[in-house]
Amino acid sequence: MLLREGEVRIPSGCAVSAILNVKGRCINGEAITQSIACMRERSNGLGGGFAAYGIYPEFKDHYAFHLLCETEQGRLDAEELLRQNFLIDRSEPIPTRKVIGIENPPAVWRYFARVRPEKAVGCSSTAEGNLVTSVVMKINKHCDRAYVASSGKNMGVFKGVGFPEDIAAFYRLEEYEGYLWTAHGRFPTNTPGWWGGAHPLGLLDWSVVHNGEISSYGANKRYLEMFRYRLELQTDTEVVAYLFDLLHRRHDLPLELVCRVLAAPFWKDIDRMPEPQRRLYTALRQVYGSALLNGPFSIIVAHGKGLIGLNDRIKLRPLVYARKGDFVLMGSEESALRRIFGEPDEVRAVWGGEPVIVELEGGSAQ
Amino acid sequence: MRSLLPPEYIVRIDQDRCRRCGRCVRNCGFGALSFEHSFWHRAKELFQGSTEDLQKVIAHVEEYVPDRVVADNRKCVQCHYCVTHCPEGAINIEPNPLAYKANHYWLPHYQKNIVKQAESGGMILTGSGNDKPYFSYFDHLVLDACQVTNPSIDPLREPMELRTYLGSRPKALEIEQDSDGEPVLKTKLTPQVKLEIPIVFAAMSYGAISLNAQKALAMAAKECGVLMNTGEGGMHRDLYPYADHIIGQVASGRFGVNPEYLERAAMLEIKIGQGAKPGIGGHLPGEKVDEEVSRTRMIPVGSDALSPAPHHDIYSIEDLAQLISALKEATAYTKPVGVKIAAVHNVAAIASGIARAGADVIYIDGFRGGTGATPMIIRDHVGIPIELALAAVDDRLRQEGIRNQVSLIAAGGIRHSGDVAKAIALGADAVAIGTAALIAMGCHVCQQCFSGNCSWGIATQRPELTRHLNPEEAGQRLANLLRGWALELKEILGSLGINAIESLRGSRLRLRGVGLSEQDLEILGVKPAGR
Ligand code: SF4
Ligand code: SF4
Repeated sequence: MLLREGEVRIPSGCAVSAILNVKGRCINGEAITQSIACMRERSNGLGGGFAAYGIYPEFKDHYAFHLLCETEQGRLDAEELLRQNFLIDRSEPIPTRKVIGIENPPAVWRYFARVRPEKAVGCSSTAEGNLVTSVVMKINKHCDRAYVASSGKNMGVFKGVGFPEDIAAFYRLEEYEGYLWTAHGRFPTNTPGWWGGAHPLGLLDWSVVHNGEISSYGANKRYLEMFRYRLELQTDTEVVAYLFDLLHRRHDLPLELVCRVLAAPFWKDIDRMPEPQRRLYTALRQVYGSALLNGPFSIIVAHGKGLIGLNDRIKLRPLVYARKGDFVLMGSEESALRRIFGEPDEVRAVWGGEPVIVELEGGSAQ
Repeated sequence: MRSLLPPEYIVRIDQDRCRRCGRCVRNCGFGALSFEHSFWHRAKELFQGSTEDLQKVIAHVEEYVPDRVVADNRKCVQCHYCVTHCPEGAINIEPNPLAYKANHYWLPHYQKNIVKQAESGGMILTGSGNDKPYFSYFDHLVLDACQVTNPSIDPLREPMELRTYLGSRPKALEIEQDSDGEPVLKTKLTPQVKLEIPIVFAAMSYGAISLNAQKALAMAAKECGVLMNTGEGGMHRDLYPYADHIIGQVASGRFGVNPEYLERAAMLEIKIGQGAKPGIGGHLPGEKVDEEVSRTRMIPVGSDALSPAPHHDIYSIEDLAQLISALKEATAYTKPVGVKIAAVHNVAAIASGIARAGADVIYIDGFRGGTGATPMIIRDHVGIPIELALAAVDDRLRQEGIRNQVSLIAAGGIRHSGDVAKAIALGADAVAIGTAALIAMGCHVCQQCFSGNCSWGIATQRPELTRHLNPEEAGQRLANLLRGWALELKEILGSLGINAIESLRGSRLRLRGVGLSEQDLEILGVKPAGR
C-alpha cells in the first residue's frame, strides 16, 4: 500500500515566496499567486499552498482553525475536541471552486473560536498557546484523517495537492485581502497521498514555508520530542515550525537569536567574536546544538507581526530578498520577485546563515 | 608442582639470519628468549675434574657451535616486541598446533584455564578487554549518506566542526538586553570542558601503565585538544604541565586524591565501575609500587594498592550525590564532575539516577572495555554491550527530559572512527578509547598487562622495560591516530550532508541495522536497512 505523508519521510525540492507590506496595507492573493506560479518548474504538482495574514478582520481576536478533513467522522471528532476547549463562534466550509487539476479535495472547514473561560489557565498567552498547540496535536494524531492546517488569529493557511496556482484558484484567494502572504510549491519525490502533507505549515500565528532537506532531521526530531512535540508529518517544515515555537514562544529567545541557533555561526567565527558576544554564541551552541538545522534549506517564517527569511549556514539553497516601496519580497528566485512589481528598489541574495527579519512598522497591522 | 601446560606458541629463530645482536634477549619482558651458550655450557657439563674429561672437552672444541638464541616457548605470550624489533627479521612466532586436541566445545582456552587452575588453585587473571566472540552490534549498524535530494558536503572545501563540550546544560537560556539593546547572556552556565575531537583517552592509572605511557597520552591530548584521564593512580608531577587536558579520577581507593589534585585537573570523574570488571575493585601489587608510584599514589613503597569494590562512602545513590557535591564544593564549582559506570543490565535507570544526583557527565563503559588486571571470568561474562547500554541510557534520559543535564561518554570497544560515528548517532556526546590508544603506542593486545612484564614499556614499571617507550614518539603516534580519525569523521559528516557533529548526535535515523532482530532494532531505536 502506498504510504501517506507522516507514515513515511518524503524528501522534496521546492519554491518559496513571500510578500509583506510593512505598513500593514492589504492586497489580495493575486500577486503572491503570480510570483509562485513564475517558479512552476520548481514544483511538480504534488503540493502547493499559501499563508495569508490580516484576512479575517471581523474575527481578529478569534483563533481561526483551518481544517482539512478526509472523512466526516474525522471532522466531527475534531470539532468535538475543539468544543471541549473553545467556544466556537462560527463554523463553515471554506469557500472553494472547482478547478481542473485539483482532484478529490477533502472537506475544507474553518472555525472561529475563543478559549473557554474555564480552560484559560492563568490567562497567560503562553498557557493559551500551549492549549491551542496541544489541541492541534491531538486532532492531528487522533482524529481520523483530519488535519489542522492553521490555528492562528486573523490568518489562515490554504493548501493542498496540486500546483500552487491551481490551489489559489481552488481557494479563491483573489477574494482575500492580507498584508502578508507566503507561498509554497512543492516537488516531493514521492506522492504525499493527502493534503495535510502540503505546505505552509501553520501553528498558532506562525507559518513556515521551506525549501530544502534537513540532514539533521533525526537529531532535531529527537530534541523536540524531549519537549513533547509530536512530529506527525515527518517533514522538515514541521521541525522548523516547532523549533520556532519552542525557542521563541516557550524559551523566549529573540527571533534574531533563534535564527542564530538554527543556522549557527561556525566555531571559528564565534572564537573571534568580542566578549560578551562570544560567551553568548558559545552558550547558544552548547545548549541548543541539537536545534541546529544542518543541510540545505531556505525558509520563510511568517507571524502576525512580520517575516523572517533564513538560509542554511553554507547557503546550499537559494533565497533572494527585494524591496519595492512599502513591500518586502522574498523568494527562491529573483524572477519571482520581479514578476510582482517589476524593477525593485533593492534586490540581493541572502547570505548563508544571515537572518533577514522584517517587522511591521509600529509593530502590528492597521 | 610441575606444569603440564603445553606452550601456546612456538618461537622460531632463523639461525641463518640471526646475527646474535642480543636485542631480543634483552628486550623480552617475559624472559622467553636467551642465548644458548652452547660451547661453554657443554664444556662445563663435560668437565667433571678429571683429565679424561679434558680430552672430551678438547674433542668438543672441534664441534664448536657459536652461541645462539633459543626460546622457552612456554614463556612466550606473543606480544611481538621481539618480532617487531629484530633487525634481521629473524623471529617468527606461531601458534602451537599440537597444544590441544581439536574440540569444538572444550576449546583450548577452557582446557588451558582448567589446567592452570588445577596447578595454582587461584583465579585466572587477565588484562585488556573481553575477547570472546560475542555479537558486535557496531558491526551490524551502517551509516547513511546523501544523494541528490540533500547534497553531501565536501570537507576539503567547507568547514567541518567536531568541537564538543562536556558538561551539564540548562534546558533553556535566558537572554537580557544591555544598554544598547544588544542581547547578552543572563544564564550562568555550569562549567564546560572543550574537546576539539569528540574523543577522550580512557582512564589508565600510573601504576597500571608506565609514566612514559601516561606522558604520551597527555602530550597527545594537549596537542589535539582532547583529554586524558589519570585513572585512579593520582597525577605524577611530570603531568602537571598538561593538567588542562587531564581528567582527574576519584576512585574507591582515593589514591593520590588531595585538594591540589582536584584543583589541578580540568575535570573530575568518580569511578564507580569499569566495563572489564563491573563490581570488582582493583589491585596493584606491591612490586609495582616503586618510589615514584608511591609518591603519586600517596602510599608506602612496596605496599599493595587495593581499590575496594565499592566506594566505602557510597552505598546508595544519595551517597553518590553527596560525593559529587563534595567534589564540586571542594573545587568551587569550577569544573564538571563526571561519574563512570560499567554497562550493566539496569544501566538506564542507574544513569538517570546519576544525572539526578548532579553529575555533569556520565561515562558508560561497555563489556568490551579494557583493564590492567581483572579476573578473566568477570571480564568475559559480566556486563552488556555498549551499543545497547548507550541506546537505552540516551532513550531514558530523553524520556525523562533530562538528557541536557549530562554529557554522555561511551566506551568499551571503540576500534575506529566508524564506531565513533555510530556511537554518537546512538546518542553519545563523545567516546573514550583505551585499548585503541595502547595499540597506537605499540601494544599488541597480548592481555598480559596484569603481569607487569609488558615488553612494550606500557603496562609495566620495570625501568629496563619502560625505557622501550619513548613518550614523544608514542605521543606522536597517538596524536596521529586522533588526527586520522578526525579526518575520517569529517568525511563521514560530509557524506551525511552535515557540517557539525551535534547534528549527528542521537540522530538514529542516520543508522540502519543489518541482520539485527526486531527486538535489537527496537532497543537501538534504528530501522532495518531497506526501510
Ligand atoms: S634480535 Fe634478531 S638478530 Fe638480534 S639476536 Fe634476536 S633474533 Fe638475532
Ligand atoms: S599493554 Fe603490554 S602487556 Fe598489556 S596487552 Fe598491550 S602489549 Fe600486552
